[in-house]
Amino acid sequence: MIDTPSVDWFALSPELAMLAAAGVALLSAVLVPRLWIRPIAASACALGFAGGFVAAALLFRETGAPSLEVADAISRDRLAALAQMIVAGSGLLAVGISYSSRRRVEHVGEYYALLAACGGGMAFLVSAGNLMTLFLGLEWFSVCLYVLCAMDLDSVPSLEAGLKYLIVGSFGSGVLLFGSALVYGATGELGFAAIADATRSAGLEDDPLLLVGLAMLLAGLAFKASAAPFHQWTPDVYEGAPTPVTAFMSAATKTVALVLTLRILTVAFPDLDELWTIALAVLACISLAVGNLAALVQRRVKRLLAYSSISHAGFMLIAIAAANELGGRALLYYLIPYCAASLGAFAVVAARERELNAPVTLDNLAGLGWERPLLGVAMWSFMLSFAGFPLTGGFVGKFYVFAAAYDRGWTWLVIFGVVATFVSLYYYLAVIRAMYMRPAAELTLAPAGGSPPREVLLSTAVLVAMVVNVGAFFAVQPLIDLARDAAGSLPL
Amino acid sequence: MTGWLATLLIFLPVAGALVVWLVPMPRGAAGSFALLVALIEVGFWINALTRFDFNREGATPNFDQQHTWFSDLNVSYHVGFYAFSFWLAGLTVVVAAVSIAYAFWAGRERPRAYFGLMLFLTGATVGVFASQDMLLFYAFFEAMLIPLYVLIGVWGGPGRMGATIKFVIYTMAGSLLMLASVIAYGLSENTFDLVDAAPSSSNWIFLGFAVAFAVKAPLFPLHGWLPDAYRESPPEVAAMLSGVVSKAAIFGFFRICLAKFPEPFDDYRTLILVLASAGLVYGSFLAFRAPDLRGVIAYSSLAQMGLITIGVFAENMAGLSGAILQAVNHGLISASLFLLAGAIERRAATGELDRLGGLARGRPALATVLMVTGVIALAVPGSSAFAGEFLILAGIFPLGWGWAVVGAIAIVLAAMYVLRLISAVLHDRGATAADESVLDLRPAELAIVVPLLALLLALSAWPAAISDHMVENSGDLPALVELSP
Repeated sequence: MIDTPSVDWFALSPELAMLAAAGVALLSAVLVPRLWIRPIAASACALGFAGGFVAAALLFRETGAPSLEVADAISRDRLAALAQMIVAGSGLLAVGISYSSRRRVEHVGEYYALLAACGGGMAFLVSAGNLMTLFLGLEWFSVCLYVLCAMDLDSVPSLEAGLKYLIVGSFGSGVLLFGSALVYGATGELGFAAIADATRSAGLEDDPLLLVGLAMLLAGLAFKASAAPFHQWTPDVYEGAPTPVTAFMSAATKTVALVLTLRILTVAFPDLDELWTIALAVLACISLAVGNLAALVQRRVKRLLAYSSISHAGFMLIAIAAANELGGRALLYYLIPYCAASLGAFAVVAARERELNAPVTLDNLAGLGWERPLLGVAMWSFMLSFAGFPLTGGFVGKFYVFAAAYDRGWTWLVIFGVVATFVSLYYYLAVIRAMYMRPAAELTLAPAGGSPPREVLLSTAVLVAMVVNVGAFFAVQPLIDLARDAAGSLPL
Repeated sequence: MTGWLATLLIFLPVAGALVVWLVPMPRGAAGSFALLVALIEVGFWINALTRFDFNREGATPNFDQQHTWFSDLNVSYHVGFYAFSFWLAGLTVVVAAVSIAYAFWAGRERPRAYFGLMLFLTGATVGVFASQDMLLFYAFFEAMLIPLYVLIGVWGGPGRMGATIKFVIYTMAGSLLMLASVIAYGLSENTFDLVDAAPSSSNWIFLGFAVAFAVKAPLFPLHGWLPDAYRESPPEVAAMLSGVVSKAAIFGFFRICLAKFPEPFDDYRTLILVLASAGLVYGSFLAFRAPDLRGVIAYSSLAQMGLITIGVFAENMAGLSGAILQAVNHGLISASLFLLAGAIERRAATGELDRLGGLARGRPALATVLMVTGVIALAVPGSSAFAGEFLILAGIFPLGWGWAVVGAIAIVLAAMYVLRLISAVLHDRGATAADESVLDLRPAELAIVVPLLALLLALSAWPAAISDHMVENSGDLPALVELSP
């Protein structure tokens, strides 16, 4: 007879809410008349994300000291709860962005089911407490994303994106699994905290097996966070995947990958911090350099945003590399406006794409700002946020990241980040330039086929993203309190 | 009420901007509403002037107001005015009102976006002068850039794309260095509050700030953005840019470089004085050789900002009060000149001096106004600009007579370029572009420019209004001034 561990259902409730939504959406694909599939599946998915958000918020409120649940496999703490809130919020916005996509008539139910399941996997991953749950969560959401990327069956770029993501992503997962095995081999432990104890008690700080394992774990996570030099899949997948999926992926995947990196490094490898802080700082610098320089020459907006997301992975890695309390706070604060801006920017791209029925480039973005003031102003705020301008949360986020690096004594990293920000201005402002400042002749590129479709849900999603993005600048204190509570559950 | 005045002065225009953007209104209404807001803003500033305590003791500014923004790093929303910053804020609201009036009169495409941005720029600029917290200062400093970028990029001349890119790249290169400095300084002091932070002796942090301000001013050799930005903007935006926005650099030199970095300030004084003098002479020569109206005004701005910087870095009472007086003078003069240049360009469809001329004949109002502005600009004795330049030269003289000689030469050069401008526009008869049909200044245009002239004449009569009411309540500045040799 196997002992079944006691299950803390409350700690699992965010995942369960999203999983339940996935089930309902999947069933609706079969049981509901065709016309009704879209509204029912989408509302189930939205409800699932909303439920997940509420559950995570409750979990955040009710959880005091961090603890390990379900046979020490799941960590119940405020860090996980905050990350789950970000994932669920991103999912909710992604549903809004997806809803009126005219492209999708087939497989609507499956689409929303996968989206919700993907959210569940991410929520599971951020609360991982040992190497098994880590890998389980990672594969859970990755498999959903592979399919979501290839969802547009009639679109070759979409299929290509799915295949590329599948191959490269599986390779990343494989590396991570191999690394986990090496770490287990070296320490004989799976739990994060137990690994740290074993390292300390057995004096394994210089054990080659452990070091190689750590390096492979880092590489695997960097794949998911699309930090350079493990970023090669990012531009192609972001460009080819359906835009709402890209939006969700750019926000939520990055969140969970980075939060998990922070968690595993600080909980499982606190004694190797000399090593991994330098490694992360180097990764951050490479990401900043590659992301920003490559983005300079992009004409397609989705590719441009993909490279921009690589550079933001760099900024957030700086926060993790700082390995201090300020850094943890910086990362968790940064994620909130970043996710809002990223979702919002891809939503605007999606809107333009549906209007033109063609990939969005800097050229055919011309005049968008004047034709559709809400989208234009929102895109403004997203670009300024990415570029770290005041009046957006991106500014405060960058400020915290640099402050964390300075606090650690890494002035050179601050300077590097500042220079990278400077380079990034050029292409973020290029988007604004394209929307507002083209000569009058180019502004009449208005799409054929009458007035643009009224997309209430998409506009609402953009508006919400803008409010979060700009609100994060004014309401720093409450968000920082959240971030501090969340970072407080780590031994920093 | 008094406690809220600084906040009110910042956020009234911002609120006005939000109304213009969000409330649907007919074409004409946006401009008149914006003008109304700008005039109310001037009214509030005058109200604040009557309540301003110039003899206030201690380091806290007038209209001091502080709220925590985020507590873990001790960042707060802290605003208030010292005497010197209050004069700069006054300059801002006046020039903004005049610029908005000019834009309203001239008519701009997409008026709601345009006037909203102008109001936003006003609020952000007043915010720069009011902020007493480094991060808040940085936020306002950058926030000025956003409306300027669009105002030039959308409503500017044919070369506006290049101009905006150059402008943003120069400015941001400086600003981001400043951000690194803000972080380093704030974290090492464990507060970002400018009133609380103790002076520092770090050269690197000082340089980060100084470079940012040197770009904004601009100081030679960081002025690469200036000619294009001033040529391609709409005239009233150029007026704001050269008249007001550049003064943010002077505020920064005062409030941060001088007050918080006394030792590096002394160490780098010679270097900055050399650059400022070079800019002064070089700018004057370029202004003398510039082929068009805006070029003359733009390069004369470069020269004048060099002169003001010399006053700041003289680091004594005469130099500092001269610098603020001259900053206000230059703001008013260059705003008038840019608006007049705009009026002339509208009439002649060109700003090239070769193609202008003879405008004095039959156009007495234009001739008189341009002449008076020009005469004040070249600092004839008795004018407010003369008072300002005299104070600056008197301030710099103790540091070595050579600096004063450079300043004096520049005054001669100023006379040369201003008189060349006047004669090329008003008298030279070889022109073709401006024929007999060109109208004199209209009453509306006079109503816009004459208040600026009236202020300049009033300051000419009583320059001490500013120069004697500026150091008494200037935070930790007086102590510094006494310390300096």
